[in-house]
Formats: sequence, structure tokens, C-alpha cells
Amino acid sequence: MSWFKKLLPPRINRDAGANKRSSMPEGLWSKCDSCEAVLYRTDLDNNLQVCPKCAHHNRISARDRLDGLLDPEGRFELCAEVVPVDTLKFKDSRRYVERLAEAQQATGETDALVVMQGSILGLPLVVASFEFAFMGGSMGSVVGERFVRAVEAAIDQKVPFVCFLASGGARMQEGLLSLMQMAKTCAALQRLSTVPLPFISVLTDPTMGGVSASFAMIGDVVIAEPGALIGFAGPRVIEQTVRETLPDGFQRAEFLLEKGAIDMIVDRRNMRDRVAALLALLTGQSLAA
Amino acid sequence: MKTQFLDFEQPIGELEAKIEELRFVQEDSAVDISQEIARLQKKSQGLAKDIYAKLTAWQVAQVARHPQRPYALDYYEGMLTDFHELHGDRAFADDAAIVAGLARFDGRPVMVIGHQKGRDTKDRIYRNFGQARPEGYRKALRLMRLAERFKLPILTFIDTPGAYPGIGAEERGQSEAIGRNLFEMAGLRVPIICTIIGEGGSGGALAVAVGDATMMLQYSIYSVISPEGCAAILWKTPARTSDAAEALGITANRLKSLGLIDTVIPEPLGGAHRDPAAVMQSVRKAIADQFKLLDGLSPEDLIKRRHDRLQSYGRYKEISVV
Repeated sequence: MSWFKKLLPPRINRDAGANKRSSMPEGLWSKCDSCEAVLYRTDLDNNLQVCPKCAHHNRISARDRLDGLLDPEGRFELCAEVVPVDTLKFKDSRRYVERLAEAQQATGETDALVVMQGSILGLPLVVASFEFAFMGGSMGSVVGERFVRAVEAAIDQKVPFVCFLASGGARMQEGLLSLMQMAKTCAALQRLSTVPLPFISVLTDPTMGGVSASFAMIGDVVIAEPGALIGFAGPRVIEQTVRETLPDGFQRAEFLLEKGAIDMIVDRRNMRDRVAALLALLTGQSLAA
Repeated sequence: MKTQFLDFEQPIGELEAKIEELRFVQEDSAVDISQEIARLQKKSQGLAKDIYAKLTAWQVAQVARHPQRPYALDYYEGMLTDFHELHGDRAFADDAAIVAGLARFDGRPVMVIGHQKGRDTKDRIYRNFGQARPEGYRKALRLMRLAERFKLPILTFIDTPGAYPGIGAEERGQSEAIGRNLFEMAGLRVPIICTIIGEGGSGGALAVAVGDATMMLQYSIYSVISPEGCAAILWKTPARTSDAAEALGITANRLKSLGLIDTVIPEPLGGAHRDPAAVMQSVRKAIADQFKLLDGLSPEDLIKRRHDRLQSYGRYKEISVV
């Protein structure tokens, strides 16, 4: 604990998100995970959760991301009618239904993907955004179905589709049903590609496992946020398998760019402009000045 | 070859050893013990029947991984004619964990693609325990496209613990290679018939298992994560592997009831390795049955049907949203 934290009165002496959500007001201060600068929460909120000092990209909720991305007028949510069920009656140390209820309580979302139709700088589109705080952004039947409905909405409206990813992978609690969502989502994109309508995939921290190994990498343009962890197998699994220490920066966005796996790295604060510019180019439109 | 028995099969193993012993002494024996042998054989059968009637999911997983289980190349040899292996992804390497090529099924030309495990230590290392790297999936995709151009149906045989989690595999885009296959297979204009013959391990299995029919051998498994991996993550102890296997629902019958696979292909008592010829016959018949369903379809109808099947996977409920 830093000397500064010891001095703080107990009411604000806590890391944001370290405690369970309660009736306590939001902490006023937050420490950057990367440069350890102590930041005024409002500054961080106004900066899309990017540290103003070192540009470290903290995780952002699905809804905050969409808020910062879409034009304020004329946007509305899609696919919220699809909600989870516990088909397998899955129980490990806890029941899946309990984990679902807890995640719903903590995030205010019904599952790990939020879909909206709207526009960016006047360009209409459908956007899906993962909520990592909902069971690690894991993909089960609901995420798969919402993704597919989002793609179908894009096809119906003849607009591009953009997805922001943040996921640990497939949702184990749904067994093989979750694996099949990989095939299901990719089949929907296959249809989108034959129209053709663009699909832009934006990989944020982290994009791993079954989500990484399905639609993440098959975007017409694949963008990553700086420093995002992106890969198929988790670093610990690889270390245990090959019994070697992993190279510095392994599976980070910059590493993937160097290996030719992604098109570009874009700072979250420029994402809106870059995505709009790319969509305008791919669809032969011009951007309103 | 002497049958190897799994832990839970030990009572059968002991009985079989005794039968073997009796057979050995029979020639020198003054008294006729053939009746005794026949009696023990019957008992062994009954024992196997009892044990196999109530296999747990974890025991099924062990049968699916049995070291003597027939592998993809055994099926090619036993079930196909005129097999010519085709190698390489044309970009980086040839991955020995995937064996593919042209062959004939009941006389008709087909493309076959399958994971291959090794029999002995050296072979296992050469085949990387059936765990493919990106170049393996890219070889598979290259050959699927070749099949499409010449209107050849594709038969795939799935048997892998999973895609290889290695440094090089990540550097060369393991995720992209798997995702690309899922994406392309959804739109291929030829029939794709997938048979899980052993382990269907997660994304590494799915990368060659998207098609018009998914069939499973009775004692094969298909899972989003290995029972060991699931136990380590959710229970935080390998001791709960059996519970994880049960909870994940990895067996053919369970997956059939969930509508995720189309056909369960029966195996002989004790598993495919106890009578490989019989299994090949069953698989051949199951594939022939699928051809009967798919042969009349135009490429457009085929893709539409495949798309509808893929979109049907998932369980959720719909609520009204205000």
C-alpha cells in the first residue's frame, strides 16, 4: 500500500472495483494499474477509461463503450429479448444459475453481449460490444444468438457490422452448446460477407480462447487496442505445455501487429474516427465534415 | 495384439488373462478344459456388458482415449480405397497431426481430412499427440477448397485433445486458422460429413467439424474443454475431473439429446479397439446413409440447410422487452 493510500480517509481508501458493489458512492480516486498515477475518477470517466498520464487502456463496460462510440441520436438496443437458461443444470462449486444471477446483479446486464443499432459520425451500422465483467465476457448460447441476430439486422438494414471483443473464451457452464456458438457466429458472418457488407473486429483486453478462435480474427479489418492480450491459449497453459518462459510482450496487441495477425492498433480515444473512416471507405460513402 | 484394459475394466482384464492361461495349458492337458474356457468367456462377456452398461462420462473419455483405439489412418485403410495423402499448407509446413488426401469411398472420389495420433512414443511425438498447429488447419482448408473446385464431398474424422497451445502456434495465428475454417466451412458448396472417432477436443476439433452431419462413435467424446481443464479451472483440483466430465455432458447420447449431433454410431462391447472391422463397417454405413440424404441437394440448398443447422445450436429464452 502506498503512503498516499494510508493517508486517505477510509471512505475513499479503496481501489475502484476491488470491493463488491454496494450502496457506497463511487470512489473519488483511482490508481492506474500501469503507471500507478493517482487519478481523479471523473477524469478517467471522461477519458474513456484511458489513463491521462500513461495512456494505459483500462477495461470499459460494454454500455460505456457504446455511449462513447455511437452518435447520441437515433440509437437503440437490439437482441435484449434473448436471455440465458441453464440447460445442463451445471454445478461446480456453485450453480450456473447463481453465477448468472450474481453477474446480472453486478453488471446490470442480462448476458455478456450488448447490441445496438445507430450511427457513427452519421454512418449507420450495427455494433455489438462484450461486457467483460459478465462472467469474463464468456460466450454461451445468448452471446451467440445475440451476435447472429445483430449480423442479421445488419444484413436486413444493409449496414456494416462492428464488434468490440473482450472475452476469456467459451462459457464452460454451457458445455458443448458454447463451443457450437463459434460455428454459429462464423456462419452468420459468412452470410454477411457474401452480401457483401463489412465486418470490423476490434480486439480489446482480453480476447482469448473460443471467442478469439472464431469471429475475432476474421474481420475484414481487424483492429486492436494498445496492450490488449489476444491469443488462443492462455499464457499459463502455454507455459505449462512448452515449459519455457514466454517472450516479453507475448500475445499483446503490439506482438500480433508485428506477426501480421492484425491490421492496426488504435487508441480508444481515436476509435470512433478511425472506425468511421474505414467504414466510409469500404462502403464508398463520404464522412460528414 | 494383446488388449490393454483400463482401470475400471480390471475385472475383465483378470478374467481374460485367466482364459489366456487356460488356452496355453489346454494342449498339454489330459482333461478337456474347453468347456471351462467357454464358461469363462461367457462370464467375461457378461462382466463387460455390466460395466459398459453404466459407464460414467469420465470412463467414456478414457475409452475414447484408449491407446489401441482405431485412428484416422486406420479408417482410411480399412474403409477407403485408393488413398493418396496430400501434404502441406503451401505457406509454412506440413503438419503431421492432420492427415488428408484424395480417396474413394464406395468407389466415389472424396476428400478425407482427419486428426492423427501416434501409436508409440516416437510416433506420438511426430504426430504431436494429434494436436494440430495453424499449418494443419490451413492444410485442411486448402484441401477443402480443392475439393470444392472439383465437386468432391469431404469426409472428416475428428480425434484430437485440442489445438496445440504453443509459442509458435500463437505466433502463426492459431486463432485465425481455426476461425477461418469455421467461416469458410459454413459456405463450402460440397457435402461435409464429420465423424468424431475419439476425442473431440474443443476448437481444435471444431475447426474440421463444421458440416452437414456430425456423427459420433458411441464411446467418443466431444467437449468445449477437457474434463481435466474444467476441473482445474472451476473446482481448482484435478480430483474432480470425473465430476467435470459429468457436468460438461460430453458423451454421444447426451449430445444427441441436446440436438448437437445427428447420429450415434454403435461400437462393439468394450470399445472400437475390440473389433475395429465391425466399427469400420458401422461408420461406412452411417456415412453412406448421410450421402443418401445429401446427394440430391443443390449447392444452394446444401448451404441453406447447413446454415439452418448451425443457427439452431443454442438454448436460451426470449422475454418481452419494453
